[in-house]
Amino acid sequence: MSTAVVAQSAPRVPFYNDPKVRSIAYQAALCAVIGFLVYSAADNAIVNLRRAHIASGLGFWNHTAGFDISQTLIHYDSQASTYGRAFWVGLLNTLLVAGLGIVFATIIGFIVGIGRLSKNWLVSHACAGYVETIRNVPLLLQLLFWYNGVLKALPDVRESYNLPLHIFLNNRGLIMPEPIGHGGEAVMWLLMLAGLIAAFVFRFWAKRRQQATGQQAPVFLVGLGLVIVPALIYVLIAGFPYTFDIPQRGRFNLIGGVSLAPEFVALLVGLSIYTAAFIAEVVRAGILAVSRGQTEAAYAIGLKPGITLRLVVLPQAMRVIIPPLTSQYLNLTKNSSLAVAIGYPDLVQVFTGTVLNQTGQAVEVVAITMAVYLTISLTTSLAMNLYNARMALVER
Amino acid sequence: MTMSEGDLAVTELHFVRQTPLGPQPAPSSLTGPTAWLRENLLSTPFNIALTIIIALLLVWAIPELVKFLFIDAVWTGADRNACLETVQHREIGACWPFVWERLPYFIYGSYPLDQRWRVEIFFVMLAIGVFWLLRLDAPRRDLGGLYFFIILPVCSYILLHGWALIGLPVVDTVLWGGAMVTIVVASVGIVVSLPLGILLALGRRSQMPTVRLFSTIFIEFVRGVPLITVLFMASVMLPLFVSEAYSPDKLLRALIGIALFASAYMAEVVRAGLQAIPKGQFEGAMAVGLGYWQMMRLIILPQALKITVPNIVNTYIGLFKDTTLVFIVGLFDFLHAIEVSRIDPKWATPVTSTTGYAVAAIFYLMFCYSMSRYAKAMEARLGKGDRR
Repeated sequence: MSTAVVAQSAPRVPFYNDPKVRSIAYQAALCAVIGFLVYSAADNAIVNLRRAHIASGLGFWNHTAGFDISQTLIHYDSQASTYGRAFWVGLLNTLLVAGLGIVFATIIGFIVGIGRLSKNWLVSHACAGYVETIRNVPLLLQLLFWYNGVLKALPDVRESYNLPLHIFLNNRGLIMPEPIGHGGEAVMWLLMLAGLIAAFVFRFWAKRRQQATGQQAPVFLVGLGLVIVPALIYVLIAGFPYTFDIPQRGRFNLIGGVSLAPEFVALLVGLSIYTAAFIAEVVRAGILAVSRGQTEAAYAIGLKPGITLRLVVLPQAMRVIIPPLTSQYLNLTKNSSLAVAIGYPDLVQVFTGTVLNQTGQAVEVVAITMAVYLTISLTTSLAMNLYNARMALVER
Repeated sequence: MTMSEGDLAVTELHFVRQTPLGPQPAPSSLTGPTAWLRENLLSTPFNIALTIIIALLLVWAIPELVKFLFIDAVWTGADRNACLETVQHREIGACWPFVWERLPYFIYGSYPLDQRWRVEIFFVMLAIGVFWLLRLDAPRRDLGGLYFFIILPVCSYILLHGWALIGLPVVDTVLWGGAMVTIVVASVGIVVSLPLGILLALGRRSQMPTVRLFSTIFIEFVRGVPLITVLFMASVMLPLFVSEAYSPDKLLRALIGIALFASAYMAEVVRAGLQAIPKGQFEGAMAVGLGYWQMMRLIILPQALKITVPNIVNTYIGLFKDTTLVFIVGLFDFLHAIEVSRIDPKWATPVTSTTGYAVAAIFYLMFCYSMSRYAKAMEARLGKGDRR
């Protein structure tokens, strides 16, 4: 019996079973399918647009808009302003409601999230009830409720609720005294800004001194003093730089003051309350992620519960909290597009609503709107990834 | 050593107790309702203040709610006069006769009266499918999956839309409305988004660069924009992109928008599950000679999907709430039915809106809360297996 080893050539695999060939073939097929879809979509779009006599391109950007917008942060004139201007008005309104919504949602969310972990049975169950109810009811319904069920159901102007500080609440919104500066207010604000910077410098110095010598400094009080005292001295010397335009009851309307439209108030309240429920869950998960030993150790060295939460638990929980918190902020920004349902002039209502209806240029308008939201989202995720990378370096 | 009489007398006396003492009741301050109150509600001044504030809030809110929904509510009546304070001369709460009269509209929309049994059969079939899949101890759950993801959609389409060949008159989707549209949109989203989401998740983790690129672009794009813009795109841009002969109707456009949107979110949930599977499972599957799809179908996906069930259900809750947005592109879902009814002049009273919104809130709360309980229960059940 021969023991000679016959050199075996690799088993012949048909070329169509070669993983490399297959991979290339699949990818080519995918590209072909997507290419075909894009091509046929573009082809159909050209045919359909031509038949409907709809212009294409961004020429409409400089055309006169000719419609009015109820809330404008920058100058806008329905007769002279362009669609481009309307776009910026809408975008700024979106950013305004999103920015304020983020602030309020964060405050409520942290309170409720921490409250849900409270030892107080009533507090923890009330917070849990809030979260479970709000999270399980659609935001659109909540917005409609706040707008139609609450704000529109308020009494009319003549029977407005009279809140303290000359604030009026009626079915036209919230009317407040308007501060009117008469020179010198810039100096006051500059002094406060300088005080704020000085407070941060002081905090930096106090931290370094504490790390070097262990001595603590009353950072908060000193900071508050730095911000307030110079401005206060200036006000005492030069007089208060603002007068208030107080709303007065006229025959049919309130005269003067600055008013917040009911659409804006409803959207802000709805978004804040809805997102706060999600933020509360994020905060709760973050705090639970900090091991119990940390709290126990803090108590053992004699820290009080409040200080333990502030100095030991929250700083560690923040690392877990911040990434999902950011995505909640993004959700809030995206959800602000529901403004269209209650008529708040945000980007979607102004641009994807009115401008699209007037120009008929669906492709351009929807694409621009999506691009705006996409830019916001992608920028935030990029910043988040950078933050996470930095956090990862701090860890052992 | 000898013992004197005196010594004996001493040993007779027991200074140390020789039988154990019976257990004492705990101090009254540590047990019973008072202790519970002290521990849970009144432990520190701050806690006492919180307790008082919240108790006051509840004492104010709960009676108001009960008063509105039950005590002051109007239960019978024919039109708005029954619910008008000026007519009835008493405080008026919820206006229930409005709801009784409009209930069929809330459920079926404008679906033809004599065809509504079709919708009812659809609801029953859907309920069977849902229970079959959700009950973990149900028999033949593989058949349940087949039923839910293939048989049910086909049958429902024939049933609801109609098929002249078998004698079911066609009902145009313009007439569809109410809870039926909400449930159809949610079900289509649920049925489409899971398989599509799995494919996208696998695509994003694929070795093939083009597949990975396209999947990532799709997922990130859809997740980066609000659902409204996706719906706008589906309703105003989609008709431009297909030739006029195949132009989809309004409902189908919204369904496409919702399904694509939900798929992108589902893809990320599934991807998280895939990432949790240890590398050894992939290597083991390849070592026994399984191909890619066999490996995924038999080894990886069953494990990955099992641990993602709670998150999948949470995505479904979001999807169910998001169905309300079809309202904005002009479909008559449940919320839109309420919104249309509450401004009906026949029932125009100051309480109609609030009553309508209360009904809507109860409807969504019921569905979403039960889903979220299910997700919690699954999470607890899965956690049990992992604890030793």
